[in-house]
Formats: sequence, structure tokens, C-alpha cells
Amino acid sequence: MALKMVKGSIDRMFDKNLQDLVRGIRNHKEDEAKYISQCIDEIKQELKQDNIAVKANAVCKLTYLQMLGYDISWAAFNIIEVMSASKFTFKRIGYLAASQCFHEGTDVIMLTTNQIRKDLSSPNQYDTGVALTGLSCFVTPDLARDLANDIMTLMSHTKPYIRKKAVLIMYKVFLKYPESLRPAFPRLKEKLEDPDPGVQSAAVNVICELARRNPKNYLSLAPLFFKLMTSSTNNWVLIKIIKLFGALTPLEPRLGKKLIEPLTNLIHRYVTTNTALFIQHCASIQLCVQKLRILIEDSDQNLKYLGLLAMSKILKTHPKSVQSHKDLILQCLDDKDESIRLRALDLLYGMVSKKNLMEIVKKLMIHVDKAEGTTYRDELLTKIIDICSQSNYQYITNFEWYISILVELTRLEGTRHGHLIAAQMLDVAIRVKAIRKFAVSQMAMLLDNAHLIASNTQRNGICEVLYAAAWICGEFSEHLEEANQTLEAMLRPKVTTLPGHIQAVYVQNMVKLYASILQQKEQSGEKEAAQEITQLMIERLPQFVQSADLEVQERASCILQLIKYIQKLQIKEVPVAEEVIALFAGELNPVAPKAQKKVPVPEGLDLDAWINEPPSDSESEDEKPKTIFHDEEQRHSRHKQPEIDEEELARRREARKQEQANNPFYIKSSPSPQKRYQDTPGVEHIPVVQIDLSVPLKVPGMPMSDQYVKLEEERRHKQKLEKDKKKKKQKKEKRGKHHRHNSLHTESEEDIAPAHHVDIITEEMPENALPSDEDDKDSNDPYKALDIDLDKPLADSEKLPVQRHRNAEDLKSPDSEAPLAEKKSKKPKKKEKKHKEKERDKGKKKEKEKKVVEEEEEKKKSSKHKKKKHKKEKEEKSKDKKKSKKKHHHSEEETTESVQNGTLDDEPLPVSSSALATLTYDIQGNLQNDSQVTVSVIFENKSTSFLKSMELNVLDSLNTKMIRPEGSSVHDGIPVPFQLPPGMTSFVLSSLICACSVGGGGTSSCCLGNDEGSTHEKLDFKLHFSCASYLITTPCYSDAFAKLLESGDLHMSSIKVDGISISFQHLLAKICFHHHFSVVERVDSCASMYSRSIQGHHVCLLVKKGENSVSVDGKCSDSTLLSNLLDEMKETLSKC
Amino acid sequence: MIKFFLMVNKQGQTRLSRYYEHVEIHKRTMLEAEVIKNCLSRSKDQCSFIEYKDFKLVYRQYAALFVVVGINETENEMAVYELIHNFVEVLDKYFSRVSELDIMFNLDRVHIILDEMVLNGCIVETNRNRILAPLFVLDKVAEN
Repeated sequence: MALKMVKGSIDRMFDKNLQDLVRGIRNHKEDEAKYISQCIDEIKQELKQDNIAVKANAVCKLTYLQMLGYDISWAAFNIIEVMSASKFTFKRIGYLAASQCFHEGTDVIMLTTNQIRKDLSSPNQYDTGVALTGLSCFVTPDLARDLANDIMTLMSHTKPYIRKKAVLIMYKVFLKYPESLRPAFPRLKEKLEDPDPGVQSAAVNVICELARRNPKNYLSLAPLFFKLMTSSTNNWVLIKIIKLFGALTPLEPRLGKKLIEPLTNLIHRYVTTNTALFIQHCASIQLCVQKLRILIEDSDQNLKYLGLLAMSKILKTHPKSVQSHKDLILQCLDDKDESIRLRALDLLYGMVSKKNLMEIVKKLMIHVDKAEGTTYRDELLTKIIDICSQSNYQYITNFEWYISILVELTRLEGTRHGHLIAAQMLDVAIRVKAIRKFAVSQMAMLLDNAHLIASNTQRNGICEVLYAAAWICGEFSEHLEEANQTLEAMLRPKVTTLPGHIQAVYVQNMVKLYASILQQKEQSGEKEAAQEITQLMIERLPQFVQSADLEVQERASCILQLIKYIQKLQIKEVPVAEEVIALFAGELNPVAPKAQKKVPVPEGLDLDAWINEPPSDSESEDEKPKTIFHDEEQRHSRHKQPEIDEEELARRREARKQEQANNPFYIKSSPSPQKRYQDTPGVEHIPVVQIDLSVPLKVPGMPMSDQYVKLEEERRHKQKLEKDKKKKKQKKEKRGKHHRHNSLHTESEEDIAPAHHVDIITEEMPENALPSDEDDKDSNDPYKALDIDLDKPLADSEKLPVQRHRNAEDLKSPDSEAPLAEKKSKKPKKKEKKHKEKERDKGKKKEKEKKVVEEEEEKKKSSKHKKKKHKKEKEEKSKDKKKSKKKHHHSEEETTESVQNGTLDDEPLPVSSSALATLTYDIQGNLQNDSQVTVSVIFENKSTSFLKSMELNVLDSLNTKMIRPEGSSVHDGIPVPFQLPPGMTSFVLSSLICACSVGGGGTSSCCLGNDEGSTHEKLDFKLHFSCASYLITTPCYSDAFAKLLESGDLHMSSIKVDGISISFQHLLAKICFHHHFSVVERVDSCASMYSRSIQGHHVCLLVKKGENSVSVDGKCSDSTLLSNLLDEMKETLSKC
Repeated sequence: MIKFFLMVNKQGQTRLSRYYEHVEIHKRTMLEAEVIKNCLSRSKDQCSFIEYKDFKLVYRQYAALFVVVGINETENEMAVYELIHNFVEVLDKYFSRVSELDIMFNLDRVHIILDEMVLNGCIVETNRNRILAPLFVLDKVAEN
């Protein structure tokens, strides 16, 4: 055995540690992979050993290898082993590895739950810290559910180091287990006011993240954040708070105004890029933009970038103020830094107007030419298209210009975005009717020069535009000037090198072209020309029939047959054109992309129902013909349906037209509001045809869009002149009246009339389309679950799950109060006076619920009463908490009820009563503060009217006084924060009484005032403080007990009570219950007991039972306490 | 929120990686390679922010080592930029003039430092002494 151990340690000496591994990898540069696989084999061997140090070392090395990209998930179990090491040095290695490689899919992760819980509650803060850090990386929904309560408890840990981590982890827990958000939120809110700035900052971080999802919930926190913002000196926190306000201000406009001042200060002090985000006020927006301009002009590239970034945020809300800095932003397009250029581009998108669109795009076109990197150039291209097409081509006044821009863009080599350009061409040509003629001529030119576009294989992306060109030329062939020429271009052999889907479109559209040429020739009587064109088709089409692409081949052979047939007819001199053209009659309207989705499900149609019963396996084959026959019958009847509904259809069509007419977003084709521009001289004057024929046709490289820019400018100028003329006339007529207005007149957006009657056809939607905005919501959004209303009060069911054990350890969980409270309240039920007790029980339960709040109150207050005379050990304290909750005690008063109560062993609370109300109360030692006890008072309204504005007052005595809110005098009462409805309920109020010294019992007289309209009632009652009130049940181990007795500085006293008949067991239980003691040891009829006062005095008892008597020897560090206690005990025992 | 924190050298070798959201291991290597490619392609007089896919990279170069942080749109670029320097300063203090080798040999310790500063994708601590406190405790334990 010993030999084995020695051998093991020698082996370990040769084990590589992390440093050796790193060195080794560096020394094996040539065969790194081989070396590492060798190392992994070694590690596997090491992991098989029992020694935890060896395992930890192996896992540490694995973590390094994982960083290099090696999968180490196979070692997951070993990692868990190392995580559960008791030594922190090993444990952290385990957690590090786990945080690097565990994730939701790791199946062994569920094995860690208990280990993590243990580490979370470890007395060593670093154990807890490392567990929290690890958890943040691999928390799963299961872990989140099981550990939520533990982490929430840690949010109130004594060490800020733990608190801040726990607060941050809670965010992950919320994400994985959204049910935890509502129960945990109050505590999270509390953390905003944590004394430690680190914890504060963590809470701000979490709430900031949460507020992104549902800002409304956090509006109530605004004052708190406001305070934080003005007081915090931590820039990181400030940034977060400002972000948060950014989300809140849209919901509460008043906030914006309030924020101006502090923010202006901040802007002057720091460069917080997000300050700009939300200021609603014009003055400060101007200030912001000016500050940002300084940033953007700065030579530091980082500042420049951040300035642009912030600018884009302002742009969303205040486009006007940013637009004035267009020069600066255009300048940034020249920056050598791509990040900055991209930002500037982003800004431009929002800055365009009808007025400056052409200018901006012209600038961008220059950059497209200059751009070197394809990524940036592609970005430019998409931006140009985005800018122009935004909000339904809102800013385009001249579509000829836009088409020519698109055509110019086709010169881009190697762009990925050919399809984008193509889509734009199609969209414009289809939707802007007025532009079709021009578009067709341009597309014809593109087809003619297809060899330039398609020649280079590198330019593959751009050949997509030919798809659009071919389709447009075919579909709108009636606008073509030189259809023959275009047809020929489309039949060139070179076309067969294009991608299949483009060829297919070519084939289809050359028939359309052919049809229109045919018609044209027939109409003009040129029979020979018509036959020629047919011949051409028959000659050239076979090259497509041979295509490898199935679609092309099929279409081509189909069409070839058709044309051969036409040729036959032509030879017979039958006019065919009308029939051929009929093949393509009718107009295709654009359909909205979401149209399909929005078709409403007709009434009575269940999409999930089976149309036919699903075929069962047992069905024999004989039945099949039957079904087919049946089907056919059905189909017949379906065919008939449309005929029957012809009227109905007409009616619907009418209704739809009506609806469209009423829909402001539907751009109608005839009575367009823009129609009036048709009459202005600017409309028809552009000699479209002349330009495209004279300038660019054969040279596609020429930048023609410039021509249109010039023309457009001229047109606008003309327009303006004319308008001015009109205005002058008006001016003469109404002299002086609108003097100022006219002199200030500048060319505004609205003054620029579009060059065309721009009839942008809207995309078609199905009839009765469902209006829904849901399309935009992403159902996969992981944050969606956090969209929870936090303002609703917490329901009883909304509690974090608490893990419970079946055995007594249960009591050690600090949050298991609820079940205990029930246990307690059940006890008295066995006795008489049931209904009364029930009421009390109710009160009891409520009391328990309130207790939590109460304790927190005390905590805050306790800081003011730091008269701690004795320090308690922390552990003891936490144990106290549980046990004391279990036991109850009471003292009595002289009222009639109390006499009755006196007979009830377990009946709590002495009472004071009057005609109006009954009072019961309970006193308990305060766990948080050793000089305080908590008094819970239950009111029961016995009158028939409401009890309103109640007030509780306590006359302070020498050794007790009530804790009052700061600022109130000794004579002030505490208002009871509720009204009491007649008859029914008892309520609980707790007031805090500070017992400055604990000697014996004492009484304190209190009064309850009640103002109800005119009546003023006063209910006096006395609080009797028994010694037991100051005792806290504390467990004690026998060795500690022995030591205590040996120490000798305890006072001693004893009593003896005769006539005891109950069993010893029962007797001990009574002492435990009434006097808050716990049994240390019991031997036969002799037991030692222990308790502790809230001020830390130890009380030891030795209870011996004789034949008929009981003797109690007590030892205590305070003699008065002991004697008073024994007196009380004597009384209790004598009742037995 | 911070999505990942990387230290990569000029040769493209990862020296430290921490992901605050799970990323598949093979995707990590790809991502790291692309990230460093992006950083290397930039000159020193260009800004420290790169828009990359759906997040932003904030990077700083120290000798041959790049510290690159991937963030989403809710994070403040400047704050992260300063965080990087803060991190390097802490390393510098702990290792007294930190070098790439220090980081490689003491990967676990560097992780502790990082975990003290960034938790769950949020900046949690920036005070040098408080960051190093746990590490000093650990070193003391190791000595004994």
C-alpha cells in the first residue's frame, strides 16, 4: 500500500503541468497535432487516477487545450469531480473548465445541482464566488429553477463581493426561468440602494437589460435612477443609467425635461455617447449635435466613430438637426477607415430628402467607383438601393434618373448583389407605369450589351440583372422601339452560357417579344417580315433545347413546337398574331410578400381537420376504385362553383374597390393626388427618347444619371420660377399681408413636384386581409419570456421553488417559514372555540406573511440602534432564526378571554378588548438586532362600522420604548396602515419595541386610538413582557454546554414544584414551548436545557423529575433574568 | 452585454477566450480566426471598432497581442474600450510587466482576473485592488 503511494507520487513528478504543456506545444511546432494527441492520452490516464490533485492538473491542461479548439466534452464527468473537490485551489479549476465547456446540452450538468448549492452556501466567500461565476456560464433552465431561491438569498449576503455577483447572475436565471422574475424583483429593486456601489452597479446593469424588453415595468424606478445618476461617480454605471432612461423617456415625456439639466452637465463633463439618445428638448439636442460635431471632427478615429454612432441615434428622433451636418458626414465617406465609412453611410440613409437625394447618391456613386474592397463596395451598393427605395420610393422625384442609376450599378464587377439590382428594376418597372417605356429601352440596351455583363466569370453576380432585363423587355414589349434587335440579342449563342434560371426567363420572354413583333408586322401587312422572324426563332431555339438545364430545355422545346405550328399557319396565310398574343394577355400585378400569410381563414374552415379520413391500414385494395370515382364526382361539383358565385364575386369586387377607396394607404390609379402635376409644364418636357438614343445606348459605361440630375435641376428651377411668378402676382394683390412669410420663403420639400405622374402601384393583398402586426415579432426571441408585468402584486403561488428534505434538516432552510406557520396554526384547532380560533389562524398566517416585510424594516432601523452588547456567532444566529419561529409563547392579561385562553395550552396571545375591538399580541425576540423585540398585534373589529385611521401608541417606559419613524416625537403614535371592515377580520400590525435592558418581565401600557368621523375611541392595553419573550431558542451541543457550566461565572438558582402529574416528556415539551428552551441532553428523568437571551445571556437548566415533583436548577450569566425566569417557570409548571 | 472576450496574437493563436454565451467549439475557432483577420487588416490609425456580423468588435493592440471584445448593441463601445485597458493594467500589476508567456503559463489565473472584472457579460469590478484580492488569497494558500 505504502509502496503504491510512493509510486504514485513519483509518477506525479513526471506529470506535465500546464507550463510544461505550453512549453511542449511551443517546442513541437512541426508536429503540434501529434504532440497534443499524445498529451490528451496522458491526460486521460491522469484522469483515471484517484488523486484529486492529479485530476485537477489534468483538467487545467484540458482547459488550455479547449482554448486551442480541442473538444473536451468527453471529460465532463471528470470536471464535475474536480468541481466537487474540497480544496478551493482544485475547485476553481473544475469550475473554470465547466464554465468553458458546459452548456445546456451537457447531460451530466444535472449532477452538479447539489454540489453547486453546497458551494453557494459555503462559508468561504470565494467558494461561493467561483460557483456563481461558473453558474453564469452554464446555467440551464433546470439549474435556474432549482437554484433560483439560493441565489436570491445570496443577494442579501453580508459580503458585497457575493451580493454583486448574485445580483448579476439573477439576470441569467430570469432568462432561463422567467417565473423567477416576479418573486425576485422586489429584492433586486432593493439592491439599487445597496450601500456598496458595486452591488448598485450590478443591479443597474440587470435592470437595464430587463428594461430593454418591457420598459413600462421600470418606470416607477425612475426617481431612484434619477437620484443615482446625480450622485454616482462611476462612469460605467452612469452610462447604463442613461441607457435605461433612453428606454424610459418615450413612455414618460416629462422625464425628458427633468433630465435636461443633469444631462447637460454630463455632456460637458464626459463623452457619453448615449446621452444624446433621448433628450426630447430642442435646445439640448442642438447642444448635443454640436458636441458630436466636435467629436466627429476630432483627429482621434475612435471619437469620430463614436460621434457618428451617437449621431445616428439622434437622427432617429430629430432628423432635421442632423441633416444640417450633411457636409461633415459626406466628408466621412472619404475616411480611410471602413468602420467610419460604414457608420457615415448608415447616417446618410436617414438624412435623405427629396431635395438632396440625387446629390447624395451622386456622391455615393463616386465612392462606388473609387472603392477598392468588394465588401465596402457591396455595402455602398446596398445602401444606395436602400436609400432610394426607402418608404416606397418616397424621395425619388425622377424615376428615369433612378433607372439610369441602377443601370450604372450593373458595371460593378464581382458584386454579390446583382439580384438586388434586378429586383429593383423589376419593382420599379412594374409599379411605376409611367416609367415603363424608359425602363424597357434601358433594359433593351442592357440585353444588347449582355456580352459585357456576362463575359467575365468573375462578374457572375451581376448577370442577375439580365434576368430582370429579359423579363421587362418581354412583358412590356409593346413599348419597345426596336423589338427585332432585342429579340436577336436574346437569341445570341452567348446566352447559353448564362445560368439556367436566366436562360429560362430568356426563352419565355422571347416568345412574348415574338408575339408582339408578329402582331406588329401583321398589322402593317409585312407578311414576309413576319415569316422571317418566325424562321429566325426556329433556327435559334434549338440551342436552348439542348440546354442541360431542365427548365430551359422544357420551355424551349415546347415553344419550338408552338412556333413550328405557327409557321405552318403562316405559310397557309392564316392570321395568327391575335391568337399568339392572347397567350400572354392580361396584366400581372405585384403581390405583397406577406399576402399569402394574410389570407383570412374562411368561416367554417378548419385547416387542421382531415379532408378525408386518414387511410387506415386495414383498408382493402378493392375499395380504392370506389374512392377515386367518388373523388371525381366531387371535383365536378367544385368546378361548377365559380359559375354559381359569379354574382357574389362581382359583389366582393365592388366591396373591395370601396374599401380601397377608403384606404388612405392605397394609392389609387386614377384620381391620384399627384395628378395635378400632369398639367404643370415640368411633366412632359423631358425628351426621354431623344436622350437615351443620342447619348448612351451603345456605350453602357457612360454615366448617364448625371444628365438626369441636370435636367431635374433645370426642371425644379423652372418650377420654382413659375411658382415665384404666381406668388408675385399674389403678392401684388395682397400687399403687406403676408409680407414676412413670403420673404422667408425657401424651397421646401413639398415644393418639389415629381417629374412624373408617379403611379406607384401598391402590392396586392388578399381580400379581407387580416391586419396584423405580429409578423414583426420574432417568436424565437430568447428575451420574449421576460416580457412580464411586474406591477401586478405577487400571488401566493408565485414563490421560488425551495428544495426540501423530508427530515428535520428542513428547518435549516431559511425560507421554509410558510409551512411552519401552517403547522403552528393547526395546533390549536383540536381545542374548543373553533371558529374564533380560525379567525386567529387567519391572522396568524397573515402575520407570517408580513413578518418578512417586518424583518426587513427592522433591518433598516437596526442600523440606528447599534447598541449591541454582545456579539453572537453568526452560525448560531442563523440557527436561532429557524427554531424560534417554531415555538410560540404567550403572556396573559386580565381580560375575560384570557381566562379562557389560559386553559388552552397552545392558544397564543393575551387580549385586550372593548366593545369596538379585540386585541391580541405576540412578542418575539428580534433576530437581527439583539436589543429589539418584535410585537405583533392582531386587531379584530367587533363593531358594525369601519374602523378608520387607527393609531397605535406606546408609552415608553424606562426599559422599553417604541421605535418610531424618524422625526416623530415620543408621544406620537404610529398610524395603522389599514382600515378595518366591520365584523369580520383581524389584522396584524407589528410595532417594534426596543428593550434597552433585559432584566425581568415588564409591562408597557399602550393605547390604540381610533378616529372615526366624530367618534374617538381609545382602547388601552398592556403589553406584558415575560422573560421568555427575550429568549431565543438556541440549540447547544453537550460539550459546549459542559464548558459553559465549567466556566463558573454563572449565577445559580433553583426551584422545586410539587404535584406534577404529566409525563417528563410532556413537561420538557412545555418548557421548550413556553420558555424557548432546547433540550441539550436527556438521561432518564433528568435533562439539561439551554437557551439564550437576545442580549446573549446564556441560560442553562437542569430539570429533574421526582415522584410527584420537578426540580429545576438554573444557571445564568444574569441573576435577575434567572430568578424572574424561574418564577415564570414555576407558574407554568404549577398549572400542569 | 459583452458576448466574448478574446486575446489573440498576431499569428492568430488564441491566448485567452471567454464566451458569455455558448458557442460550439468548432465555431469558436472559426470565429476567432475571422476576428483576428479583421483586426490585423486594420492599421493603427483606424478606429478600434469593427462592425462584424450582428455584433461589434472593440479591440486594442498591445505589442503582438490583440485584446478583442465582442459586444452587442446595448453595450457602450467606449466603456468596453476602457475596460480592455483596465484589464491589461491589472494583468500588468499582477505579473509585473505582463508578457504573452505569462498569460499562457497562467491561463487559470488570468481567467480569475477576468471573471472578477466581467461577469455574465457585464462589467462588474474595475478597482484593481479588489480585482486582485481573491488571487492574492489564493497565492497565499498555495504558498502554505
